[in-house]
Amino acid sequence: MSAAEPLPPTVTLASLHPGDAATLAAIHTDDALYQRLLALGFRSGKLVQVIRRASFGGPLQVRIGTTDILLRRAEAEKITVQQP
Amino acid sequence: MKRIALLGMPNTGKSTLFNRMTGGAARVGNWPGITVELLTGKILLGANMVEIIDLPGIYDLHGFSEDEQVVRHFLHDNVPDLALIVLNATQIERQLSLLLQLKQLNLNMVVLLNMADEAKKFGITIDSAKMSESLGIPIFQMSAKYGTGYPEALHAATRALRYPTPRMAEQLRAQLEQDDHIESEMARVLQHSVQVPARMPDNLTTRLDQLMLHPWLGLPIFFGIMYLLFQGIFLFGQPLQAGVNTAFGWLREAAVAPLFSGLPPTLQGLLLDGVYNGVATVAAFVPIIVLFFLFMAIVEDTGYLSRAAFLMDALMAKMGLDGRSFVMLLMGFGCNVPALMGTRVMRSRSLRMLSMLVIPFSLCSARLQVFVFVSAALFSPQAAPLALFSLYLFSFAAAIVTALLFKGQFPNNEPFVLELPPYRFPTGRQMVMRGWHEVTHFLRRATQFIVAGVVLVWLLTHLPASATPAGSDTFAGIIGGWLHPLFAPIGITPELTIALIFGFVAKEIVIGSLAVIYGLSGEALSGALAQQLDWVQAYSFMLFTLIYTPCLSAIATLRSESRNMGFTLFAIGWSLVLAWAVSFTFYQGARWLGY
Ligand SMILES: Nc1nc2c(ncn2[C@@H]2O[C@H](COP(=O)(O)OP(=O)(O)O)[C@@H](O)[C@H]2O)c(=O)[nH]1
Repeated sequence: MSAAEPLPPTVTLASLHPGDAATLAAIHTDDALYQRLLALGFRSGKLVQVIRRASFGGPLQVRIGTTDILLRRAEAEKITVQQP
Repeated sequence: MKRIALLGMPNTGKSTLFNRMTGGAARVGNWPGITVELLTGKILLGANMVEIIDLPGIYDLHGFSEDEQVVRHFLHDNVPDLALIVLNATQIERQLSLLLQLKQLNLNMVVLLNMADEAKKFGITIDSAKMSESLGIPIFQMSAKYGTGYPEALHAATRALRYPTPRMAEQLRAQLEQDDHIESEMARVLQHSVQVPARMPDNLTTRLDQLMLHPWLGLPIFFGIMYLLFQGIFLFGQPLQAGVNTAFGWLREAAVAPLFSGLPPTLQGLLLDGVYNGVATVAAFVPIIVLFFLFMAIVEDTGYLSRAAFLMDALMAKMGLDGRSFVMLLMGFGCNVPALMGTRVMRSRSLRMLSMLVIPFSLCSARLQVFVFVSAALFSPQAAPLALFSLYLFSFAAAIVTALLFKGQFPNNEPFVLELPPYRFPTGRQMVMRGWHEVTHFLRRATQFIVAGVVLVWLLTHLPASATPAGSDTFAGIIGGWLHPLFAPIGITPELTIALIFGFVAKEIVIGSLAVIYGLSGEALSGALAQQLDWVQAYSFMLFTLIYTPCLSAIATLRSESRNMGFTLFAIGWSLVLAWAVSFTFYQGARWLGY
């Protein structure tokens, strides 16, 4: 990608489907959760992959690097990503 | 004595390392500045005794959870002579952030990259020498589980202990504010020393999870596993328990009774029918307890509990709880006390309180003893395991009903974010240590409560001296008589009422006190129960035992964890009301249906 090209639009992590991968753009949560997500490896620029979603509107399983993390959709909606 | 603190993120193997260092000989210690108890152990390192302290796992030093506050306060008020920082080597890319934060505190530290065995399997290579050089801290790779690299790590710790203990920086918080450069620092360190494959190999965990976390099969599989576990405990455990009982009976006739034959009859009765019968009946459960905790340890260690959290979170959310509350409920099947303490990972006080309100309904291993005994005595061999399993369902149901009723009082919007570890399987050594730990824990409880409990039961059922033993004119009979109007509608006899009163202290005493009340143990006690009760009464008794107040230790834990006496009293009161209502409905319903 050349520098002049516009960046792809951001979507929320919650809107990704199982198997999708995207680049983490930003986290819009309160401080406490922000800290926790940082410690779990959610840093902008990292590749995040959605592995699966639980039934009945349950949590998502996502993978960042070598860590698998469960998080609710409500939380995933506060995280924006860029799909390639 | 010098002190070494183990620090690191949750699930990095701190406890495993702690057990390896101390051989499992831990005790609980109190520390200035913090209200919770920490595990400590003393070992000989080099020529000196040192004290090892296992701190709760933390994600970062800023964290807002109770555990993170505990660690902050601990470090501030009790600067360790050495901090052993345990990091998961497979996640070094992100766990480095905690190390960099800790580094700002100027602690004397040695870093252990644990789970080196897994890192190797995942194709992650770490040049610890290079990393050590770029950070200026000694860094070692090891496996706490299998022991590789452990001697070197211990050696490094011994050497590092020679350095003087640093002083804690006055402005702990201010030091931590400058977090901004951590990211670039992480990149710098990782760049030359760590290589992680771009894609994780398609390993066992991925394949297993396709089945275990399957959208439709996941939950049925979960309940299937639970069912098999409890069936297994009953099928293996019950004959073992009966066998031990027979052995105790034989020992009594062969050795203990002759030994006491010279004593006056009352004292003989107290020692034999009171202490010996009571304790032997309780001790007969040791095999079941060990078996149970071995199963629990395996389930816990495999990482399946986090999967259960994934599967159940959506349902738990409807009850105002989350996946972690569910895991704590499952942990409560072992013992409610650690499960109650496990709620510390929750940040929202409401969520924590609601979880603590429902955890005591978890059918803990002490209650399991009562149910194994009573259901084996009153139900056919085919029906007994089913009766037991149905009690587990009631246990869940009580928790669900309670949560649904009170979720309005404890509203929360705590985020649910949880790590999903890979599947792991405990080694034989880990299982033996766990089994041993449970035996000693049980014996400690036995000496604390059970002996005193059964002696008291014996006295109540034999005094005043003029009364017929266990008759209605003894103290126990009188108390049973008072309470009779309350317990008759739920089919519970005065004898059982006395046992329930003692069950308030510890559920292990329930069967022990029945042994004392009837003056019988083992088979003979089962026989007496079967003669006096029908299955409806027995089941009603089990329901009541399941739901009414957790034991004294659980109450104490509720009180200390909630720091709220009103809440504690409410939890006790509610469980009594619910227990009575459920038993009443069951008992009267069954009678009405003609059973
Ligand atoms: N493969 C592997 N597993 C380990 C190692 N150390 C600990 N574990 C496992 O990792 C899990 C978490 O360990 P634990 O000691 O409870 O972690 P803690 O939360 O930091 O105390 C357990 O299942 C351990 O058996 C190790 O060196 N290698």
